[in-house]
Amino acid sequence: MSQTKLKLAIGLGATCSGCDMAIVDLAEKLTNVFNAVDIVFWPTASDQKLKEFEQLPDASVDLGFYHGSIANEENKEIAHLLRKKTKTLISFGACACHGGVPGLANLTTTKELFATVYATPSTANPDLKQPQTKTTIGGYSLVLPEKFDTVQCLNECIDVDYYLPGCPPEVPLVEKAIEAILTGKLPAKGETLAPNRILCDECPRKREEKKIPKIYRIQQIIPDQEKCLLDQGVICLGPSTRMGCGARCLEANMPCRGCMGPTSKALDQGAKMIASLGSILGLEGEEAMTEEEVKQLMDQVKDPLGLFYMFTLPASILKRRNMTQK
Amino acid sequence: MQETKLIKIDPITRLEGHGKIHILLDKSGNVDEAYFQVVELRGFEKFCQGRPVEEMPNITTRICGVCPWNHHLASAKATDAVYKVDPPDAAKKIRELGYCSFFIHDHATHFYALGGPDFIVGPGAPSQERNIAGVLKKVGAEIGGNVLKALKSAHEIEEIVGGRAVHPVFAIPGGVSKPLSGKDLEKIEERAKFMLDFSQMTVNTFEKTVVQSKQHFNLMTTDTYRLKTHYMGMIDEKGKMNIYDGQLKVIDPEGKTFAQFKANDYLQHIAEYVEPWTYLKFPYLKNIGWKGLVDGKTSGIYRVGPLARFNVADGLSTPLAQAAYEKMFETLKKPAHETLAYHWARVIETLYASERLLELIKDPVVRSDKVRTIPTATPEEGVGAVEAPRGTLIHHYKTDPEGLVQAVNLIVATTHNHGGICASVKKAAQGLIKKGKVSDEILNMVEMAFRAYDPCLACATHTLPGQMPLELDIYNSEKKLIRRMSRP
Repeated sequence: MSQTKLKLAIGLGATCSGCDMAIVDLAEKLTNVFNAVDIVFWPTASDQKLKEFEQLPDASVDLGFYHGSIANEENKEIAHLLRKKTKTLISFGACACHGGVPGLANLTTTKELFATVYATPSTANPDLKQPQTKTTIGGYSLVLPEKFDTVQCLNECIDVDYYLPGCPPEVPLVEKAIEAILTGKLPAKGETLAPNRILCDECPRKREEKKIPKIYRIQQIIPDQEKCLLDQGVICLGPSTRMGCGARCLEANMPCRGCMGPTSKALDQGAKMIASLGSILGLEGEEAMTEEEVKQLMDQVKDPLGLFYMFTLPASILKRRNMTQK
Repeated sequence: MQETKLIKIDPITRLEGHGKIHILLDKSGNVDEAYFQVVELRGFEKFCQGRPVEEMPNITTRICGVCPWNHHLASAKATDAVYKVDPPDAAKKIRELGYCSFFIHDHATHFYALGGPDFIVGPGAPSQERNIAGVLKKVGAEIGGNVLKALKSAHEIEEIVGGRAVHPVFAIPGGVSKPLSGKDLEKIEERAKFMLDFSQMTVNTFEKTVVQSKQHFNLMTTDTYRLKTHYMGMIDEKGKMNIYDGQLKVIDPEGKTFAQFKANDYLQHIAEYVEPWTYLKFPYLKNIGWKGLVDGKTSGIYRVGPLARFNVADGLSTPLAQAAYEKMFETLKKPAHETLAYHWARVIETLYASERLLELIKDPVVRSDKVRTIPTATPEEGVGAVEAPRGTLIHHYKTDPEGLVQAVNLIVATTHNHGGICASVKKAAQGLIKKGKVSDEILNMVEMAFRAYDPCLACATHTLPGQMPLELDIYNSEKKLIRRMSRP
């Protein structure tokens, strides 16, 4: 390993900061890896000012992590700046890679969102006031950034070198990524830095690939902790989700919700899940079922859109709800 | 048009952040108004509509990766209520057990890395010492090592109980996904014992460096940092503080009970005001009304969080924490209005959570396999509330008969405190800016008023260990920048 430390910059978009916590966790657990890194910009946890970062020569920083999605103009500017200053840029976490949970906002519009938030039952707002991008008080204007109508993934805004998914990414994956950079053993540009296989391949549960005659929601069943949740009728996104997280949710007796996104073999996580379900829903003698019976079975899956795209709607082929028909 | 001067503090510079402070001066150079803006909105209330309600404990953790546990549990409690199901005792206690560990984690991070630099090192100290390194220098290297060990221990307990530390997944309608094994409990106990020692040490450190220091104590009790408001917090059936369950109690600035109610009656007591210049609403006591950003008995502003919980409760249920609580109120009059005493209450709560954690581990009920009640009722509507580290957190859901969400209302701790934060910033500024003269210390002092609340703005923006970059701009009446102060 070379003597010079790896220069790392971390940029933030629309984020919950859970990714920052994952990086802090890494620093606590892997001091030796972290000691090889010199953080030159991280607004959440250290003092370096944006202006100092702007003054660095272009492409002078070895590595950049960007977490959060692109939801307003400020997010976009930070993304472009990080791209300019770094040699290698990694899209870090579910929001940057696939849009994440807040990407579900693409099922609605900013207008609808405001109309809901500022008219909840506890909001005393008879005139239906809403925050404005510009308010003038005593000759001074208070300005708020405008929220974009559509939440975007990072690669819609800038050129991304690698992807590190997860909500937040698990420590072993981040560790491997940093080691790969330190040793120069990086895969081809555009790769996701996690195994290109589905979660079921690392899930410790026993799967018999049974046909499911009935679907259970998690509150309706006490699942066997050793057996595959899909075999037990609980919707689990394992078959449509990339592995690499250590199947922690399954370990906790909870189904996968797909925060790692799909493998490169599936174009779209939700479509892959529907295909997987199509092949396992039903009775062993499915040919005997009428169309009506098949429909009844499919109807047991509540909110397939929200469930199959909980973390990936902005990156999916659907992208957002078509608002022109409303 | 009124002539104004402008002082703008971007807690995180323009491009980096989600919150800003502006101070406007009037013609004579005194503080006219203070604005604390939250500049981001994600709209969970809208895009959660249509989701199966049992997914809410996992969706709403993504409101905040720094404090996901309180959202996870308030949400799970709301789903219990939606399904009219009472989880088994073991499940409730396992939830509370994991929550205690998270509480210690969150409070300790704030005390040593975030609030500590302001307060332990002090506002008069050179800026290069006002950071975690400065705190560790002040408290000693041994304590520093223990801080890291305690944070790591908390993280590990959270993983054992919650499945994951950041964005836990274990709480579901009617209970938790999995019982704790004897081996799990052994691992937890070993860590919890260390955390109790650590918390005791933290309280001692606070008493030594702040309470027994004349300079620090005077700072804490100065009028600049006093705000006489109502307070709200959760109590158990004996009137003692509780962070996981109980009724909500409100007291007036003199300490008299103003209201006491079950969380699901919150709409009768709390309303929210909308201002066009910020995305964050202003909650107030409905039976008083919104009177603007002022304190006092006639103002509807109330505060939540560690100090509010202490003011509202009749005490703490664990012995060491209770002793520290009594000591605090022997020194400060109850109810305490000193905003900087939030730090004091915060460290004592760390001790409470550690003692409570050990109590729960020793409770035979947490070894039970019965951690689930399967709901049978038709889902309808429910409210779930917990005390988050920063104060009361309310989740309220309405569903269709299939359990698909139709309406969501969320009031997070930092929102409850919104009026108090603005009023505190204004008061600090008023004390420090006279006739256009701006004290050099204002940057630090205003920040201290703001940071005592440990505002969590990812529940809009959040800052982690380290300093929150602050910038303060002073403009003349033509809005031209005449001076810029920043640190370090």
